[in-house]
Amino acid sequence: MADFEIKDLRASVEGREILKGVSLAISRGEVHAVMGLNGTGKSTLSHTLMGHPGYTVDGGSVIFKGQNVLELEPDERARLGMFLAFQYPVVVPGISMANFLRTAMNSKRGYDGKDKSKQVTPKEFRGLLKGELEVLHMDDSFLPRYINDGFSGGEKKRAEILQMAMLKPEIAILDETDSGLDIDSIKFVAEAVNRMRGPELGILIITHYTRILEFIKPDFVHVLVDGKFVLSGGPEVAERLEKTGYAEWGKEETAQPEEVA
Amino acid sequence: MATVPKVEVGTDYKEKYGFFVPEEYVFKAKRGLNPEIVKEISWMKQEPEWMTNMRLRSLEIFRKKPMPKWGADLSVIDFENIFYYLKASDKQSKTWEELPPDIKATYDRLGVPEAERKFLAGVSAQYESEVVYHSLQEELTKKGVIFTDTDSALRDHPELFKEYFGTVIPPADNKFSALNTAVWSGGSFIYVPKGVRVDIPLQAYFRINAENMGQFERTLIICDEGSFVHYIEGCTAPIYSTDSLHSAVVEIIVKKNARCRYTTIQNWSTNVYNLVTKRAMAYADATMEWVDGNLGSQITMKYPSVYLMEPGAKGDVLSVAFAGKGQHQDAGGKMIHVAPNTTSTITSKSISKGGGRTSYRGHIKIYPGANNCKSFVKCDALLLDDESRSDTYPYNDVDAENVTLGHEATVSKVSDEQLFYLMSRGINRAEAETMIVNGFIEPFTKELPLEYAVELNRLIQLEMEGSVG
Repeated sequence: MADFEIKDLRASVEGREILKGVSLAISRGEVHAVMGLNGTGKSTLSHTLMGHPGYTVDGGSVIFKGQNVLELEPDERARLGMFLAFQYPVVVPGISMANFLRTAMNSKRGYDGKDKSKQVTPKEFRGLLKGELEVLHMDDSFLPRYINDGFSGGEKKRAEILQMAMLKPEIAILDETDSGLDIDSIKFVAEAVNRMRGPELGILIITHYTRILEFIKPDFVHVLVDGKFVLSGGPEVAERLEKTGYAEWGKEETAQPEEVA
Repeated sequence: MATVPKVEVGTDYKEKYGFFVPEEYVFKAKRGLNPEIVKEISWMKQEPEWMTNMRLRSLEIFRKKPMPKWGADLSVIDFENIFYYLKASDKQSKTWEELPPDIKATYDRLGVPEAERKFLAGVSAQYESEVVYHSLQEELTKKGVIFTDTDSALRDHPELFKEYFGTVIPPADNKFSALNTAVWSGGSFIYVPKGVRVDIPLQAYFRINAENMGQFERTLIICDEGSFVHYIEGCTAPIYSTDSLHSAVVEIIVKKNARCRYTTIQNWSTNVYNLVTKRAMAYADATMEWVDGNLGSQITMKYPSVYLMEPGAKGDVLSVAFAGKGQHQDAGGKMIHVAPNTTSTITSKSISKGGGRTSYRGHIKIYPGANNCKSFVKCDALLLDDESRSDTYPYNDVDAENVTLGHEATVSKVSDEQLFYLMSRGINRAEAETMIVNGFIEPFTKELPLEYAVELNRLIQLEMEGSVG
């Protein structure tokens, strides 16, 4: 059995059925890519997996570490080892990135203000941060800034990957991390993700375009059309999409990204 | 999901910060209000005749003035069931060691000695109706700064006192300023001489600790030309079973080129009526800043104001209000532009939770001839649930030309998107909500000295803990 098993997942938004039975097994050490056009259920998949309150689960299960995570609160899923890199990271004014990162790390470690041994020390925090910042070509100056407040598109996405690096999840979902990024930012982000690849981490990349897959090579590619997988295979699926787009499923759009200035 | 201990604001107040020390009074006045009680207060304090007469005159005014009906519901206050004067000990202490033990125990829990070690220039801690502890660093004395309780100031600096007392807020200003002038006791008196900068904040801790006891402290601050002072009052109070009235008057004079900042964090227990008049006069190129945080009390009505008397004067109000179950925080600010080329800003942040109600009430007045004035008002309200309420009552009177007046108001809820984002990083709901609320008031918190900022964030956390079952 795989480490993270999505079985016949069905979900709706405001009464509209979006996911119509999605099954996917991810084991740590693997990189899966889910590709699809806008409106096929990509965002619903990522949000449902992480437990966004706006999405209703109509059926199916997601088993991770022996638990059906669909029954857990988002924070419990995170503490269990899941991570979602947001397509649109949320602005939270008045809280610094440093404070946020430290609070998240403490939560992940189960520090509740009492057992000091679980607390991330300032020295440890600094040390971890320094290496990751370098890989992502970021500097200290973003630490006192409020969460995602005034960040450029590239800064937001890099900050997401930084959080992932600091929190060390076992299952990471990257939701359209490449959208709106220039090529340099994609490279930095990909480099940071590739650094984290290894036997401990399973990755699910959700993307419209094949471009990010040139930098983060997937082991498996799944094509999502109208809330269902229509094709699953190895990296060759991405190559096929790159050439023919989604036309064979009656969709006109290509899988090539628009140019980002 | 993770269980969070349920703490009800109000009922668990005592465990949180409403500790209680048995009362020990030297003198205990009778309940109620009449000329005899007022005379007795004045006699006890051995005041000059002019003050006795002023008190009696003010009592008359208080009786004649109707209860204000434009704001919170005050009809439940029973003026005949209140103590108007109490004296906790019959002498003033100069050092911490000389403090009566029970009072000391109270302040130990409040952390006064520690705060003093760290950055206090002097502590003027009001226990009951009178200042009992007071210390002033030699450095301040050398500079000619007077920092004392208001009763002592009347005795020791009669000329200065009489020149300014009641000039910013005359007894007839409103019903509660009349009441305060009739029965005032305690409070702080500060005089900063010309050109003197007091670099460390001067602080006072206020506590009330007697059932049905009113507190009517009176504070008077005079910043002479080119001087600077930052005064901080912080309040916490234990809970009592019956209502309690706190009605202070704060008068501030900021002369030419001087700057005064007055910071308040009040956290009265949730049965206290907190009806306070705070006003400053700012003269040429002077700056007055009110930093005002209101967490506790059942009803607070407080609108710090600045009269901008001469060109170049600047006034700022930065306020935060938190209203939980059964609380009504009616707060805001007033800016009265009397002279041309004066500027003002009011920034109000309010949080309502568990059916609590916050109101922003503000008044911008620009007199004829006060041309080229600028004023900006920004009020943001955060509602934590559907039962809570927030209102805005802005009043603008502009009778001058070339005036820039801005007003911005927002009402928002803790957003699901923000909560989901924080929770997706492993932070539990209660902590995530607290973070969002603390982030919301951060523009206020960052203006506080570090210790107060930490304490405020902690208080918010305690207030928030009741929100998740």
